[in-house]
Amino acid sequence: MGNDNQTTSQAKGLWGWINARFPLDTMLKEHVTEYYAPKNFNYWYVFGVLSLVVLVIQLVSGIFLTMNYKPAATEAFASVEYIMRDVEWGWLIRYMHSTGASAFFIVVYLHMFRALMYGSYRAPRELLWIFGMLIYLCLMAEAFMGYLLPWGNMSYWGAQVIVSLFGTIPVIGDSLSEWIKGDYFISDITLNRFFALHVIAIPLILVFLVVAHILALHEVGSNNPDGVEIKKYKDSSGRPLDGVAFHPYMTIKDLWGISVFLLVYCGIIFFAPTFGGLFLEAPNFDPANPMQTPPHIAPVWYFTPFYAMLRAVPSFAGTQVWGVLVMFGAIALLFFLPWLDKSPVKSIRYKGPITKIALTLFAISFVVLAYCGMKPPSTTLLLTSRIFTFVYFAFFLLMPWYSRIDAVKPVPERVTYHAH
Amino acid sequence: MLIKKFAPALAALALALPVLSQAHEGPALPSAGNDIRNEASLQRGARNFVNYCSGCHSAKYIRYNRIAADLHIGEAELKQNLMFTSEKTADTIVSALPAADAKKWFGVVPPDLSLMARSRGTSYIYAFLHSFYRDPSRPTGVNNTMLPGTAMPHVLSTLQGVQTAVFKTEDGKSEFEKFELTDKGSMTPAEYDAFVRDTVNFLEYIGEPSQTKRQDLGVWVTLFLLLFGAFSYLLYKEYWRDVH
Amino acid sequence: MSEEVDLGRRRLLTTATALTGAVGVVFTATPFLASWKPSARAKAMGAPIEIDLSKLEPGSMLKVEWRGKPVWVVRRTPEMLKQLEQATPFLLDPKSEGSVQPEYAKNEARARNPEYFVVLGVCTHLGCSPLPKFDAADVTVSADWPGGFYCPCHGSKFDLSGRVFKGVPAPANLTVPPYSFLTDTRVMVGSDTSQSA
Repeated sequence: MGNDNQTTSQAKGLWGWINARFPLDTMLKEHVTEYYAPKNFNYWYVFGVLSLVVLVIQLVSGIFLTMNYKPAATEAFASVEYIMRDVEWGWLIRYMHSTGASAFFIVVYLHMFRALMYGSYRAPRELLWIFGMLIYLCLMAEAFMGYLLPWGNMSYWGAQVIVSLFGTIPVIGDSLSEWIKGDYFISDITLNRFFALHVIAIPLILVFLVVAHILALHEVGSNNPDGVEIKKYKDSSGRPLDGVAFHPYMTIKDLWGISVFLLVYCGIIFFAPTFGGLFLEAPNFDPANPMQTPPHIAPVWYFTPFYAMLRAVPSFAGTQVWGVLVMFGAIALLFFLPWLDKSPVKSIRYKGPITKIALTLFAISFVVLAYCGMKPPSTTLLLTSRIFTFVYFAFFLLMPWYSRIDAVKPVPERVTYHAH
Repeated sequence: MLIKKFAPALAALALALPVLSQAHEGPALPSAGNDIRNEASLQRGARNFVNYCSGCHSAKYIRYNRIAADLHIGEAELKQNLMFTSEKTADTIVSALPAADAKKWFGVVPPDLSLMARSRGTSYIYAFLHSFYRDPSRPTGVNNTMLPGTAMPHVLSTLQGVQTAVFKTEDGKSEFEKFELTDKGSMTPAEYDAFVRDTVNFLEYIGEPSQTKRQDLGVWVTLFLLLFGAFSYLLYKEYWRDVH
Repeated sequence: MSEEVDLGRRRLLTTATALTGAVGVVFTATPFLASWKPSARAKAMGAPIEIDLSKLEPGSMLKVEWRGKPVWVVRRTPEMLKQLEQATPFLLDPKSEGSVQPEYAKNEARARNPEYFVVLGVCTHLGCSPLPKFDAADVTVSADWPGGFYCPCHGSKFDLSGRVFKGVPAPANLTVPPYSFLTDTRVMVGSDTSQSA
């Protein structure tokens, strides 16, 4: 090594050979060592990287499950039990995947709530938010199709109910639901195509969207709990004054976050893999039986807020499609969030009391709806579901109004940060 | 700050979630009180199972040699005491009753019991085996309060004896009150209770044979992650001293 | 940068975290790699098998599948056993020094009981299954053929004890699996002892 090691482009050896042919060094600098993230990130900012960790867990455990799983109606249930019993460590791989599915939604919901709190969807991060929402849609499709694969009785009837939703669409409904099933009922054919979509088609799209999500993030830069842009103040070498290098500072902080996550995740895998019937439902240990519906059907917990909305809406004008519209509308509204929020500030820290109450009510409505969707229908639950469906929608639909009139606090020029 | 407001709520939610969903709808059942780590009980349960259950019910996902290895049963003992429906130790437990005959005699094929403890819960099975009562209107002569109209005969009546159900009438509706043991069996009620508990214990074991291994390993994984967490926390704090 | 960075502590913690992490990765990889080992079902299906030899005529052969491979049992006549001696000078490894067989089959007959020859019918060249050509001077092999097995894939030749001839592609004698006699006419392939079933 001489004095001229300043000129990295002239680097020798394998590193230099690769970089003359592929922008590895440039990419690492741009996205890792010289990507500057705001130093005032709090723990809410760990859920992004945790989503990535869970994605990797799901991909790896999923690939190993396909090595022993059989996507056929006559064999699927038995092949899952084969994995649980006969394949060495198969039970661990399966629990990783089943717990991972719920973990995915937990971290993604918290990640999304973080964005809601700190206005991470606001300009210039609208596309970043939309990529994120598309990831969420893919995740729901993954979860729904993956849930059919064990071919348990809950898998079967869950798929039956959800596919029937498409049947409520006027005129095309019936042929649409037949087209999805490829049969007149949820059959071997349906299982086979759901398998293909679950293990290859959607994961491919998902990985592409994750890359797009991260590229968009690095293009506009990360938001932070203060909702101020750190790019405004830079030092002489062009580094944001309030930013820290992603590596080592953020990677190490994330590592700490990941270790806490793994502690919880492994705790569930090893000590409560069914999580009291929430992550693996008891009726799903019975094989699919088209002749017998389980006594109480509910989707897995991460879908129940939307399921509660579906049930809350009565059918009128001779069709049930309204509930379906409300359910899909609840998800679709999230896409428009960047344009619904008219507040002059981004972060909840500087927003007024109305917005704070609205966000709190929204969070409560989501949890309450999740609870309502899990339980068998009753008049009390129906009324509760209806009230909180209104709350949920009001949060979005009234936002252009209350975000404009709400009081705001002055936003600091620079981020607020107290050194450790 | 908001985080501090939401963190307790989230923690409370995480703790409450398992309670929200139960395997069995309706009033909570008393616990079966079985202990998956009691090997002697599991061995007795295995013997009960092959003597009283596997005549009609299969357990097609569990292999004899797996049971022998997990419950420390020798090969000779396994073949002599547990293997009545099969020859090879690597076989799974099939029932002695052909499905077609079962359909003819009972109207239904007796369900496979490999996963019964996972799909219905141990409390349910425990209660079910305690809830047969005399009912001359049924073809089997018995009924069951846990599963009214069950096609299953009371195969354990020689052990338990036969109960009579006492119903009380309230507001014109007949409601089950209690059982009375009218014909004594070969076992005392306490012995029968222990018999059922051992059997339920075995059913829980075959529902998830790796359960105890999973929990044992979990302890080590937790300890390891605590160590890793401690290092990563110290490392994080060390590097972030740079940030002002 | 900070005024007082303790580089030693930083390096120590980095090493400790990295080493623990590496151990964690190895621990995590283990179950995934181990899941590729034969499963309980594969082991059940590959368990030793019992073969009934009571209907096997002298001079004929019986084929059974075990672990996805053909197992042959040949009931050799005294004439066939004599052919073994005639073949010996032409063999690559007449004493079975370089082939796979249990200790009790490391003899001229390559068998526990010379009358019954138990062998895996898999050519040691590239895994084809040779054909039985028991008759001496079988012209479909060659005029001076002493009797044995002939592999149709690449022309490897073996004698009636599965010993390979010189000058053929196969490098070693046919493999003899572990086996034991439960009775005079019942053999168990896959296990040396009559203990496990």
